Amino acid sequence: MSTVFIALQANEDARPIIEAICADNPHAVLNEAPGMVKIDAEGRLVVRRSSIEERLGRAFDLQELQVNLITLSGHIDETEDEFTLSWNA
Amino acid sequence: MDMQATKKKLNLKEKYRAMTRDLDWNPSYQKLEDIYPYASYEGVKIHDWEKWEDPFRLTMDAYWKYQAEKERKLYAIIDAYAQNNGHLNVTDARYLNAIKILLTGVTPLEYMAHRGFAHAGRQFPGAGPRVACLMQSLDEIRHAQTQIHSLSNYNKFYNGFHEFTHMFERVWFLSVSRSFFDDAVSAGPFEFIVSIGFSFEYVLTNLLFVPFVSGAAYNGDMGTMTFGFSAQSDEARHMTLGLEAIKFILEQDPANVPIVQRWIDKWTWRGYRVLTLVAMMMDYMLPKRIMSWKEAWEVYFEENGGALFKDLARYGIRPPKWLDQIAQDKDHISHQAWCTFYNYALAANFHTWIPSEEEMDWLARKYPNSFDKYYRPRLEYWREQAAQGNRFYNKTLPMLCQTCQIPMLFTEPGDPTKICYREADYKGEKYHFCSDGCKEIFENEPEKYIQAWLPVHQVYQGNCFPEGTDPTAEGFDPLAAVLRYYHLESGRDNLDFEGSEDQRNFAAWRGQATTNA
Repeated sequence: MSTVFIALQANEDARPIIEAICADNPHAVLNEAPGMVKIDAEGRLVVRRSSIEERLGRAFDLQELQVNLITLSGHIDETEDEFTLSWNA
Repeated sequence: MDMQATKKKLNLKEKYRAMTRDLDWNPSYQKLEDIYPYASYEGVKIHDWEKWEDPFRLTMDAYWKYQAEKERKLYAIIDAYAQNNGHLNVTDARYLNAIKILLTGVTPLEYMAHRGFAHAGRQFPGAGPRVACLMQSLDEIRHAQTQIHSLSNYNKFYNGFHEFTHMFERVWFLSVSRSFFDDAVSAGPFEFIVSIGFSFEYVLTNLLFVPFVSGAAYNGDMGTMTFGFSAQSDEARHMTLGLEAIKFILEQDPANVPIVQRWIDKWTWRGYRVLTLVAMMMDYMLPKRIMSWKEAWEVYFEENGGALFKDLARYGIRPPKWLDQIAQDKDHISHQAWCTFYNYALAANFHTWIPSEEEMDWLARKYPNSFDKYYRPRLEYWREQAAQGNRFYNKTLPMLCQTCQIPMLFTEPGDPTKICYREADYKGEKYHFCSDGCKEIFENEPEKYIQAWLPVHQVYQGNCFPEGTDPTAEGFDPLAAVLRYYHLESGRDNLDFEGSEDQRNFAAWRGQATTNA
């Protein structure tokens, strides 16, 4: 199974997002580098709006990810509630 | 940041449809082929543009909202960095030379990408890719502007940043990145989107904007970190567009597969060659290093690119050609490039140096198969020569590859001691190449590449001297005239870092920042 990843800026806005991703994807591995974090996950990685909102204490639009996102890989499937990265092979 | 998440009248899919497809109409006064004249000559067959899907489903209203937020954050940081003399917090003034290459060699490409996507967006008959290309075109001009704004701060204090647009069109090594983009924007819209949208964005930009920019952060350069990550967040969208474009084209017609395959082969190799500069920046020009070029290559090309091509195999696409050579090269290209620039430092807009003993030890650990055996002895010999007052700056001009325009510095696959040369005959002329890849690319489109503006040929033809220069005058120094034509001041913008004005100024200003003397 190939690895997908998402990288986010290491700042206060991204902290609850990073925490939510790690909680929702127990198979994911968090790699810290200067100024950024890169989260690798085998096969599939999901970002859940509800998990972010729980930590943020306010409504969150998943498209807000754009603001602190650095890069990602894999096919994207985005709805109001979930943003998913995956490979088919 | 406290952004408002507004209540939605339409869900994401409905909104995307309403604000992309619903803005399109079927023309009745003009024929489609007259409105989109470039849509068919490349041989790509599209049967149903409606099948195009943008997975981000980004619409213009959301685009403005989030991009505006990114800009507010970015400019606040850039302003604070400039106001507080942040440039004096970088690890070591040698670092600035990597940033000179970034501004003079990469920023103009962002502007070309802006033009290229504006053109592709105009030429695609489908509304989905038109909207996506429009956004990317706006992103790219934003990248050009934010990079110019961030770097203009360095231009106030250090040499070599001035007149980057003038240099971009003239300086010998800048023709490498320039010709790469000229090649892409002068192709048809489908080849353009495969070249830049897919091969460059998806497979290669991570290497520049992730590990190198994280390295900028590690070296205290907050300005570059900020524009770098802000740009790459747009690249995430661009990669998605590139991948979507490939999938869409391949699914439309099986006859598209071999066309796309040839473009993937060509553009992966072309982009890989351009990244030689980034390899050198990572291994030699960051005083504090986070990872070697080789390690970054393994994560972002071998691992991530490998996953991508495994996924695309279901369409009949195989990984790009020449991967076996690429796999061997990762031990060598950064060293070979730095050695070349050390030789030609007289004709560049940045400074060079011999790595310190500690840096050589780091290189030896990261490159156990190549550094101590092939490159350390060379660097130590040059260090010894310089110490004896024999610093040698090469004044002759190197032979360039007709395709990638890089000097012949790469070695034979399997023999890192032998320079690789290839040649081809076309219409009675001989053309030279650095590799099998560049030779094959030329042979597929010779009429395009024989028009290449090769800096060395142009110098020898007398086209790179300032107006009014008399090359027959007694004591004429051709290289001095070429530097004037580049608008480079010899002794100030070029040569070694040791003894440079940048070195003296940085030491003096940093001293003022940390003492009351």
